[in-house]
Parts: sequence; C-alpha cells; structure tokens
Amino acid sequence: MPEAASVLPVRRGARPRPVFSRRNVFVYGTLGLISIYYLLPLYVMVVTSLKGMPEIRTGNVFAPPLEITFEPWVKAWATACTGLNCDGLSRGFWNSVRITVPSVILSIAIASVNGYALANWRFKGANVFFTILIVGAFIPYQVMIYPIVIILREMGVYGTLTGLVIVHSIFGMPINTLLFRNYFASVPEELFKAARVDGAGFWGIYFRIMLPMSLPIFVVSMILQVTGIWNDFLFGVVYTKPDTYPMTVQLNNIVNSVQGVKEYNVNMAATILTGLVPLTIYFISGKLFVRGIAAGAVKG
Amino acid sequence: MGSVSVRDLALNFGDVAVLKNLDLEVRSGEFLVLLGPSGCGKSTLLNCIAGLLDITDGEIHIDGRNVTWEEPKDRGIGMVFQSYALYPQMTVEGNLSFGLKNAGLPRAEIAARVARAAGILQIGPLLARKPAQLSGGQRQRVAIGRALVRDVDVFLFDEPLSNLDAKLRAELRVEIKRLHQKLESTTMIYVTHDQIEAMTLADRIAIMRGGSIQQLDSPRMIYNKPRNKYVAGFIGSPPMNFLEGRISGGKKPVFIFGKQRIALGGYEFSAGNPGEGPAIFGIRPEHVAVGAAAKGQPFRASAVVEVVEPMGADTLVWSRLEDSELRFRVGGQSAFRPGDKVTIGFEPAQASLFDAKTEARI
Repeated sequence: MPEAASVLPVRRGARPRPVFSRRNVFVYGTLGLISIYYLLPLYVMVVTSLKGMPEIRTGNVFAPPLEITFEPWVKAWATACTGLNCDGLSRGFWNSVRITVPSVILSIAIASVNGYALANWRFKGANVFFTILIVGAFIPYQVMIYPIVIILREMGVYGTLTGLVIVHSIFGMPINTLLFRNYFASVPEELFKAARVDGAGFWGIYFRIMLPMSLPIFVVSMILQVTGIWNDFLFGVVYTKPDTYPMTVQLNNIVNSVQGVKEYNVNMAATILTGLVPLTIYFISGKLFVRGIAAGAVKG
Repeated sequence: MGSVSVRDLALNFGDVAVLKNLDLEVRSGEFLVLLGPSGCGKSTLLNCIAGLLDITDGEIHIDGRNVTWEEPKDRGIGMVFQSYALYPQMTVEGNLSFGLKNAGLPRAEIAARVARAAGILQIGPLLARKPAQLSGGQRQRVAIGRALVRDVDVFLFDEPLSNLDAKLRAELRVEIKRLHQKLESTTMIYVTHDQIEAMTLADRIAIMRGGSIQQLDSPRMIYNKPRNKYVAGFIGSPPMNFLEGRISGGKKPVFIFGKQRIALGGYEFSAGNPGEGPAIFGIRPEHVAVGAAAKGQPFRASAVVEVVEPMGADTLVWSRLEDSELRFRVGGQSAFRPGDKVTIGFEPAQASLFDAKTEARI
C-alpha cells in the first residue's frame, strides 16, 4: 500500500551524516585552528615583503598591503649588500646550488651502496661497521668542527665549495646509510638469492634489481639531504669564505646587518626566497616522501 | 648428468649447528624431496647446495664436479623460491632472460630459450606483463620458467607451492610432476613441509629433523617401514597411533599393553627376534578395521568411541583402547556416536614396532 510505504522511513544506502555534527565541528575546528597557528607567520612574512617601508612603519603587521610592491624582492635577490658584495642573495643561491647538488648526489650514491652492502651481503665485520656508523650519527657536530677545519686545511680545500661538499657528504652518511639499509632489508631476501642464481654480481644486483625498486627511499633520502644541506648554517659559516657563503649565511648577514635602517620588507623577502627551495621539494615529492619514510622506518 | 652429492656437510650459524655431518646422494634424473617441519634445516640444506650459503665443512659435488666453493651461477642449478622472487620491475620476459643476459648469451639464443620455456609452461601470452599483473599460479609458473631457461641439469625447489591456495597447489603439483617426466634427465630437489607433495612427487624422500636426515627412502618404504618413531609420526595424516607397552620375545613374540596381547606372528623384525623390553606399537588409522571388517583380523579388541569427525569422503573416529587413544578411519559417513562400543581389529604385519628408549624400529 502506498500510504504504508510513505509512513515507514526508507532506510537504504549510505547512512546520512549531518555536516555540523559534534564530531565534525571538533575535528575540523582543531585542524583549522592549528593550520592558522602555523600559517599566520608565513602570512605576515608575505604581506610585509610586499609592503613599502613607510607602510610598515605604521605598525600593523597583519594588515594586507595597500600598495603592492615587488621592489623588496628584487632588492633581496639582486642588490642587497652583505659585506663588500652588493649582489644580493643571488650569489648565495648559486653557491648553495653548487654545494647542495654534488653533496646530495655524492652522499646518496655512497649511502645507498653502504646500505645495500650492509643489508644484503653479510660480510665479516658488518655489524661492527654499522655500529660505528650509527654511533657517528649521535656525536654532536660541534665536537668535530675544529678537527675538520684542520683536516680540510691539510687537504687544501678549506674555504672552498669542495671542502663543504666533502663535509656535507660525510655528515649525511650515517642517517642515510641507516635509511637505505632498513629499506633494502625489507626487500625479500629471496629476490636477492634469485638474482645471485641468475648470475648477477654485487653491482649487477644493485643496479638492475635493487635500484629500480627503491625510488621511494631515494626520494626520502634526497629530501632529507637537500633540506638539510640547503638549510645548513653552521658548516657553511665555518668552512667557507664570504665569496663562497651559502644562501643561509648570506641571509643572516642581510638580516643582521647593523648599518642603516632595518628593511623588514627586504628581510622577509630574502627569508622566503631562501626557504623556497626546500618548500618546493616538499610540495613536489610529498607523497613519495611519506611512502618512503613508512617503508624505511618500520624494519630495524 | 645432474647427480648431486653432499658429503659430510656441516653448517654453523655462530655457535648453533644447523646441519651436522650430513650425507646425501641424489641420482641423476631423480626427484628427491626434503621433508620436515619448519626449522629442521631442509631449506638451509637446499641453500647450501645452491651456493647461497657458505658451508662450514664438507663438500658438495654436482654432476661429478666439486662445486663447494663455486658461485651459485656456476653450479649448473636453477632455483624456484616460495615467494616466487620475480623481479617486480621487469616483465615476464625480462625475468626469464635476466640470467641469460648476465651469462652473455647471444640474443637469438636467449629468445629461443625464452620461447621454449614459455611454450612448455604455457606462459606465452604473459610475456609482456609485469609480475604484479599475474596471479599466484602464473607467478610460480614464471619462476619455474626462470629455472627452465637456464638449461641446467639440477632444479632446486624451495617450498614452491606453499604460497598458493589448496586448489592451485594441487594443479601445480601435477604440473611439476609432468615437467619432471618431460625433462627426463633433470634432477629435482624439492623442499616442502607438506607430506602430500612429498608422497606424490618424490622418487625418494629424505625426512629431516634437527639438521640431520632421519630416513632416505622411497615414499612407499617411508610409509610402510618408517625407520623410527619420528618418521612414523611425521608421515601420514592423521598420524600413526602409538600404543605403549612391552614386547615379550621368544619363539612367539607378543606385544602386551594393558590387558591386551598382540601376537606378532606376521611382523617382520628388522633384526631377528627381539628380546624383552618396553616398546611402542604403531598402527596407522587407515589400517584399523572396524565392526564387521574387524572379523578375521589377527588382532581384535573392543574400543570406546570418543570423538567423531566427519570429513565428507570418510570419517575420522577417535576412540579409546585400554588407556591409549586410537584413531581410525571409516569410509563414507559413519553413524558412530561418542560412547559407542566398537570392535576394532588390525593386522600386526602392517604395524611398526619401536624401541621405547631409542625409538628405532625393531
């Protein structure tokens, strides 16, 4: 009967969920609040960098710019003075590129082979070697700064980009080796055995079997290294000279210059410019990063 | 061609002896199954033969050549793994040809061998696919193909069917048997913990326990004349019934347990007539006759039914005879109920007697 059918509520399909349920309000409310907390400083930086100095002096940091100007950005990049050089952050940017790219490639190449050897080839003393490497990861950097100065000086690369590349490659070794070792240890052992029966040797298995399977962990390692090396300040300031300062050191010199007026807009623009590279890397490879972290971290 | 000889093999992991003084001769063209529970060293032994594990002591000869220190690729073996171990980033064809490319074979030869293996295993249509796009059975077929293209005389199988569901397992089992019949001269060494696979496939079975071989014999001998209590209990499902009692030798030896006396008239003693002493009498559930069928059996007794397990094709009954548990099998669907008294009987000639202390066959 049609009447009876209309009286009984139809209960079929997915259960309806009210948009403003207590649960939704709580979850989205919390997420929203935390997002604002994190994004507010970035917002202040962006708007300040787009304002002119007179507008900044009015003192309202949260107000959007009345007159948008890109001059601070141009100045930060091309003409801001640090010490004797007045070519802005651009010099530091290219220095950082010339430091980061070889360091990342070198450290990942070595660490991945290390990890592969430790995980798959049970050679004599593997455990001792691994322990030493891990202990190395826990020694505070500060302890090693001066000895490394001496080593670099003896090698004749103190103050050069080459020296800094060597330092970064060495310091990236423990954590990246650990990362790769754990990832390769999670690859089924039988795969490795099958490749050996198939006549592949140490490098054959590494290049033809392991490498193609381990893109996620390479991405993780790359992100860690790029951001770590790009953001590094301590090694940069200790092991290079003003001509070869990386971007972070130069940023510091711009922001902390004591002469003249503090140009907040230029400082903000310079800071954002410096952070742009790691930020871009995160955005491009975020998904792979999560996958790789999960795969590499679980198995010890 | 393709004989395998393992001599006095020992393998230690640190202080733990995994394999001890192990000798094994596999004839050319033979299908040998290494059977045992997990941790008995059967896969380890296979890995030693393959050269994937460095042994501590002993020698391994394949095809008359001492390969103890050779690399796996130089031993003339092909291996199939439990997890298939296909290279995920390569197509089926890439998987099959990987070893041949490493060996530096000419391209035409590689193509010919891949085509032949694909023909034998009927995986031709799958050649362009990646392993992820294959079913479990197809993957294992490709894994077998990878051993096949190597054109070797010895195939090593490491529990190849354990990851498959029951139906596929039965199918592939027959296929492996067919493959062995087709490749007459190929020796196959096959590790499994599944006794059905062992019984159906093997020319000979080596039953392993704790790093040593307990018995190496044809499936029939292993089933009928287990050399010790361990082998007797391991082979057969449900396992053999063991009755504990004592043996009384003399001209007419009998086995005594509780109030029962089993005359051992037809029993073949392995070393003449036994003396007195505690012993274990083993009889397989399928050799126990019940009810009307028990008439005419040399030994008869009355047992009480405790549990009935219908299996469909037959029924497994757990009963109590004196103080011992006695399982037996009745065909079809039985009307037994717990508490029923039944007459059981069996032929002592089909039984196995073991020394209670050494557990060796008497």
